[in-house]
Amino acid sequence: MTRKKIILSVNGVRNEIEVEAKETLLETLRNRLDLTGAKLGCDQQVCGSCTVLMNDLPVSSCSVLAMDADGCEILTVEGLGAGGALHPIQQAFIEHGAFQCAYCTPGLILAVKYLLSRFPRPTEPQLRHYLAGNICRCGCHVEILQAVRSLARRAQENQL
Amino acid sequence: MQDNVGQSIKRLESESKVSGELKYLSDLKLPGMLHCKALRSPYAHARIVRIDSQRAAKFSGVEGVLTRDDMVDNPHFDSHYGPVLKDQTVVALDKVRYVGDLVAAVAATRLDIAEEALDLIEVEYEELGAVFSFEEALAENAPLLHEQVSKPEHGFVDLADVNPVEGTNICTTFHLSKGDLEKGFQNSDFVFENVFTCPSAQHAALETLCAVARLERNGGLTIWSTVQNPFVIRDQIAELFHLPVSKVRVIALNIGGGYGSKLYPKLEPLVAALAWKTRKPVGLTLTREEVFQTITKHAAEIHLKTGVTREGRLLARQCRIYLDTGAYAEIGPRVAKKSGYTAAGPYNIPNIQIDSCLVYTNKVPAGAFRGFGVSQSAWAHESEMDLIARALQMDPLELRQKNLLEEGGEFATGEHVHSFGLRQCVERVASALQWGEKCPPPPQKHLARGKGMACLIKATITPSISSALVRLNEDGSATVYVGTADVGQGSDTIMAQIVSQELAIPVTHVQVVHSDTDLCLYDLTTSSSRSTFHMGRAVQLAAQDIRRQLACLAGRLWNCPVEEVLFANQGVRCVVNDVVHAASYRNLLSASFGIKGANLVGKGTVKTEAVQRNGEPLTSAFWFAGAGAAEVEVDRETGSVRVVRYASAADVGKAINPFFCEQQLKGGAITGIGLALMEQLVYQDGLLINPNFLDYNLARFLDIPEEIIPILVERAHEEGPYGAKGVGETALIPVAPAIANAIEDAVGVRVTDLPITPEKVLRALQEKEQKAQLLEGPTPGRS
Ligand code: FES
Ligand code: FES
Repeated sequence: MTRKKIILSVNGVRNEIEVEAKETLLETLRNRLDLTGAKLGCDQQVCGSCTVLMNDLPVSSCSVLAMDADGCEILTVEGLGAGGALHPIQQAFIEHGAFQCAYCTPGLILAVKYLLSRFPRPTEPQLRHYLAGNICRCGCHVEILQAVRSLARRAQENQL
Repeated sequence: MQDNVGQSIKRLESESKVSGELKYLSDLKLPGMLHCKALRSPYAHARIVRIDSQRAAKFSGVEGVLTRDDMVDNPHFDSHYGPVLKDQTVVALDKVRYVGDLVAAVAATRLDIAEEALDLIEVEYEELGAVFSFEEALAENAPLLHEQVSKPEHGFVDLADVNPVEGTNICTTFHLSKGDLEKGFQNSDFVFENVFTCPSAQHAALETLCAVARLERNGGLTIWSTVQNPFVIRDQIAELFHLPVSKVRVIALNIGGGYGSKLYPKLEPLVAALAWKTRKPVGLTLTREEVFQTITKHAAEIHLKTGVTREGRLLARQCRIYLDTGAYAEIGPRVAKKSGYTAAGPYNIPNIQIDSCLVYTNKVPAGAFRGFGVSQSAWAHESEMDLIARALQMDPLELRQKNLLEEGGEFATGEHVHSFGLRQCVERVASALQWGEKCPPPPQKHLARGKGMACLIKATITPSISSALVRLNEDGSATVYVGTADVGQGSDTIMAQIVSQELAIPVTHVQVVHSDTDLCLYDLTTSSSRSTFHMGRAVQLAAQDIRRQLACLAGRLWNCPVEEVLFANQGVRCVVNDVVHAASYRNLLSASFGIKGANLVGKGTVKTEAVQRNGEPLTSAFWFAGAGAAEVEVDRETGSVRVVRYASAADVGKAINPFFCEQQLKGGAITGIGLALMEQLVYQDGLLINPNFLDYNLARFLDIPEEIIPILVERAHEEGPYGAKGVGETALIPVAPAIANAIEDAVGVRVTDLPITPEKVLRALQEKEQKAQLLEGPTPGRS
């Protein structure tokens, strides 16, 4: 089997890892780096539970080959907070109770991070459109939308 | 106190959930764990002529292959199991019964090795005739799935009467009748007859099924599993492996959604057998496709016949229900029974006859699914209510109000319902959507809006039992042990709130240990919306047991009557002869026992029975009532339906954590919208052709209504903790009929077959137009 050494910077830490040809980024994160926050849900790029940010863009890590991530900066849910504190998005998720089983939560939080980086004050259609790639079977959409709206409101207040 | 019962506190594990630190089973690896892969049947029905696993067994990295050869005359474990009927085998013996049925399994040091080794197992099949529909399965001389089925020695009490009909594909039947059906129809002014169908569907919990087994030195088995009822798994494994239950430990961690899919043995017998064979821990995590091949929701065909007076009084109702349980009974017999009870709806109908028939077919087994058969029966009776209302030119709300089962009313089962706030649910969802006011017409002409509603009654599994332990630690904090699995619903937090309330301890000082059969007392199951009512009450009783012990200690210490001991701020207080005595639990314990380290243990048990004190049968420890109302927008050009607003009401008895209850109402509504409008498993010659999230659609953010209004009705139940009942399943059940009823209100067409896809709506609209043209008479120049 072809193996290759890649350089992956994950949550600000540089890793040199040998990966296999068909290994996905999700497998590398979970099995080699013990970062199990990103979850396998569909293995098909449709549920979003494996979402991580790759060079600041959201990707379904189940559908990215580890070798193709060579040299990239990866952010997973574990890298979000600073110094043990929770990130404002994480706080907003707790504040609005935006989860039940929370299997979808790590992926959604990163999807929200990207959404807010693009549109700090998203319109309602933007909000729904940008999160449509993430499935929540427990049906916490209403609470998730509230959490994101609260962050958008805060962004607006900070700007004024 | 802020943490008390009735407060919407946050889930105790909130931080670990948003930080990604919370561990689900597939996040863990046991040292030395082997990875398992299963070989599945490519045929819907076939005899296994030959199976040879020698090459696979010799493949480098493979540590064990399990085939039927391991099952024959093995003194260590049996081949057959099943919660109600022993019709499942660890791997296939003589034949396979659906595409995806387990044929063999490999345990290897690496997953890819296990996968490769599957190709080396040689299987020779001889195809048999298969049945996929009710008609095929019930036809005379139909090929039989099971020639003979036996029952477990110690089965469920409520299912003792389940009996497969020999020589047929009927897994079981259920019958219920009340009054005189024929007379009821004779006295009716109108009789309505309709057939409603709903397809098989998938639970689609984001976490797939996963199980790990380890054989212990003493011959016992430890099993970690994504399971909602660990004690049932423990009992089944113990029976299968001839072990005392003390030697089988089943542990469920936090679960990534269940909705019924994670009940009853699924992977546990297989990994346990492989662990036994290889003497190493074995883990199996299903792929998404394999989950689709493991468990589904029962497809149903429901025939209703209803007799009504001119004034809209329901006099008689006959229900014939066919449920497709797939290749194995699983918990299907209970689904048949539960949907049977409620098939005539939450109405006061004097003459009722209900017959359900659970049918084996060569398809993926069907089991528990949020709503447990009631979403199927409610789809029928609530659609029919609106058809009747329309024919009588009566407001559907009024027709329901006229017939609703009221507090103290007699239900189809002959028992009288208590703590039953159905009327409030119905009336409050109606007013939430301004029932009676026409929807404002949408600006575009091709769009039309309408409103619809539906209501329900559901039973909880009865008789059943739950026990809890509460330990008061030496420092005055508490640990509570419950068999209940937290699947996301928030049961851990609810239990902590109850302990906090009873013992005046902040929730942050309460630790919940859950779903571990070695640590916790027996709990039947986390399902049937039963945990708050049963386990919540058991926890309350356990905490009260501790209160009693504390009061005795204080009484002895201060020479005061135990009844006068008060509990506040993690301590006791008592006023004796105007002297105030007070001590923290910590100090009371060390003063009483003269040493640091004394604990108190409280125990509570809730057991429900099949007979009430007055001799009436008790089919359900409590009945839950709920209602939903939808405002929809239908696009006449595309047939697509959008739910604009949805109101969801449930009688929860008492909301211990109102936010959690509302979450169940909102979440259930959203899942219900998906099931109503898009979800359907599609088979082609027995092959499931959409076993993945690309081809099987679920509701997403774009499908969520602009507004979802959760409404909590609280009609206390005298046996529930603080009056609480259950709420997990209520919300999902009325969604589909409420939407179908709203569609008819909007555009005048009726869909009786779920899901309500744009194609079906469009076709119905076209048919309606054609009919209207015919009524207008032949167009000139054509005849
Ligand atoms: S697991 Fe990657 S998108 Fe679903
Ligand atoms: S919270 Fe369970 S899937 Fe989203």
